Amino acid sequence: MDTLANVVQIGLVHYLFVGALLLVTGLLCILLKRNAIGILLGVELVLNAANINLVAFNRFNVLPAGGRLNMDGQIFALFVIVLAAAEAAVALAIFLNFYNNTSSVNVEDATRLKEEG
Amino acid sequence: MLETILFYLFAFITVASGVGVVMSRNIVRGCMMFLASLVGVAGLYFLLHAEFLAATQLVIYVGGTLILIIFGVMLTSRSLATHDEPHGREVGAAVLIGLVLAVSLCWAIGRRFADIRPASGTAEGYPTVVLGQALTGDFLLPFELVSVVLLVVMIGAAYLAKGRLHESQGGA
Repeated sequence: MDTLANVVQIGLVHYLFVGALLLVTGLLCILLKRNAIGILLGVELVLNAANINLVAFNRFNVLPAGGRLNMDGQIFALFVIVLAAAEAAVALAIFLNFYNNTSSVNVEDATRLKEEG
Repeated sequence: MLETILFYLFAFITVASGVGVVMSRNIVRGCMMFLASLVGVAGLYFLLHAEFLAATQLVIYVGGTLILIIFGVMLTSRSLATHDEPHGREVGAAVLIGLVLAVSLCWAIGRRFADIRPASGTAEGYPTVVLGQALTGDFLLPFELVSVVLLVVMIGAAYLAKGRLHESQGGA
């Protein structure tokens, strides 16, 4: 049974499927949340989906015989994690400022730059 | 066999908690679902033999970013009471977009990457050692730039979050 072997033997596609589904849930989170912090959670989910792909490609990379282990994918993922933390810090600072101005973190209240009418 | 079971367990935790983040009306519950999702992703990293990255995921994401987000929720908690639901039409459109994207992505992945197997163990070097050597060798410039970015972010976030507070204290 080739199909059964594909289900039991975990390959690159399985991780890519998880990454794709996590990307879609993150996108839905960004689209559907009214709370700015909820949108931030969606962005973090999307970044995690990208990270799964990077690490999976790193693992299933074709290595030259006798060459050094290639860790480029994991290093990329490491930088993504650090930059995601930095992004969350800046975003939360902006949300706090927004909350101080409007007493709300609902993105529908962020209309100050909108043209009247 | 154990790897297969663990993969499906962690994959289920990751994706189901991701769906839970979307479905939860309460933002605190959403944060807890996000925590489960992060732990699932860390498990997937372990299965991919990226032990250092899994530990980093747990320490920085769960120990840092998530705590930061929960502090953000607590500092803006007055708006927790207002649960405004998205309109039905928007939910329909978003789910349609999500389904189309998921199906097309899975189709493309299954078409292109179906026959790739794990790399054989011919390359030498212990993974974490190689990672550290790469960070202090080939990737030294990005590594140092990230520290500059973190400093800028720290100053910028402190300025953004504190500026208004300082003003109101001066006014009072």
